[in-house]
Amino acid sequence: MLRQHSYWQLFSAVCKKDLQLAFRQRAEIVNPILFFLIVITLFPLAIGPEPGLLSRMAPGIIWVAALLSTMLGLDKLFRDDYHDGSLEQLIASSYPLPLTVLGKVVAHWIITGLPLVLMTPLFALLLNLDNQALIATVLTLLLGTPLLSFIGAIGAGLTVGLQKGGILMSLLVLPLYIPVLIFATSAIDTSTMSLDYSGQLAILGAMLVIAIISAPIAISSALKVSVS
Amino acid sequence: MQLAGPNGAGKTSLLRIIAGFSAPDEGQVMWQGESIAKNYDEFARQLLFIGHKTGVNSQLSAIENLRFWLQIQGYDTEQDLYSLLAKIGLVGLEDVPVRTLSAGQQRRVALIRLWLNDAKLWVLDEPFTALDKAGIAFLQQRFLAHLAQGGAILLTTHQDLTTHFNELQTVTLEYRH
Repeated sequence: MLRQHSYWQLFSAVCKKDLQLAFRQRAEIVNPILFFLIVITLFPLAIGPEPGLLSRMAPGIIWVAALLSTMLGLDKLFRDDYHDGSLEQLIASSYPLPLTVLGKVVAHWIITGLPLVLMTPLFALLLNLDNQALIATVLTLLLGTPLLSFIGAIGAGLTVGLQKGGILMSLLVLPLYIPVLIFATSAIDTSTMSLDYSGQLAILGAMLVIAIISAPIAISSALKVSVS
Repeated sequence: MQLAGPNGAGKTSLLRIIAGFSAPDEGQVMWQGESIAKNYDEFARQLLFIGHKTGVNSQLSAIENLRFWLQIQGYDTEQDLYSLLAKIGLVGLEDVPVRTLSAGQQRRVALIRLWLNDAKLWVLDEPFTALDKAGIAFLQQRFLAHLAQGGAILLTTHQDLTTHFNELQTVTLEYRH
């Protein structure tokens, strides 16, 4: 029984399992999108349907809604694996744990982040967002939502062993989301003034690269602490 | 080697320390002359751990669970898993979600890993829980085969194993306040 070590096999196996589970319980995919939609429709109801005001506030609304709906799935990210013992099997595997974790975070982004990016043009209509700002919003979400998944997974890893970890996780993670929020909304604001916003996108991209490299290591350590 | 002792004596805690999940307060765990903390990946390659929580996902089927486990351990997944499942008494139940199986059957899904690994050291926490008599006998046969190949088994159980295993060593932990 030879072992053929292939990092790609591990990554795709972990990713595939989470996607398979998500598609089996559709609510996991549909709920964050519905949540996002409801939050966004609440704003015109609450502040009045004035088109100018709405389109001014739209980037902020979309981004705060995206932050909150990413949080929804995070709580579940490692919970089932922790409770059924899969996490121990993953740690006791001879593969490096950060790679496993990378697979799980990518799956989380495909389940919660990617649908938001794809649905944004529809939501933009509800908020009277013009085309220029829409493109900027989609671009910032494309770079920003994976970043949210990576940062959030650190909090999820730290709190997975706690009884009521969800709220603590929000308290840990939401402040760390602030830089992402600042640069993303600043990029969208700049775009509405027809100025070049590649600088903000570059910073988001740089943050994403750092997160891809370093977050899996942090998440692995957090998980090891939670399991012990 | 059997680890014995009353409930709460620390059998599971000791197994988790040996498997490298928890750090010991004092001392270290050595494997082939080296501390496992130093080279955990090498140790993990030689280790098969099945804990009280078995690592079987209840939403997935037995086959999916096995394939996933084989993949994360780096084994070949192109094996005849169906005949192996039939051998252990899960014929016809390969593709239903594990949560619909009985406790004993769920335990069997986890224990099939014993037939699918080349690890030297097996660390098993209460492997006989929920198994019927035939299942226990079948498992003990597998243990004997593993020992004959030069493997080692460390387990906790309340079963009496002395009749089947003449080289059995027992360590008894005492409950202290």
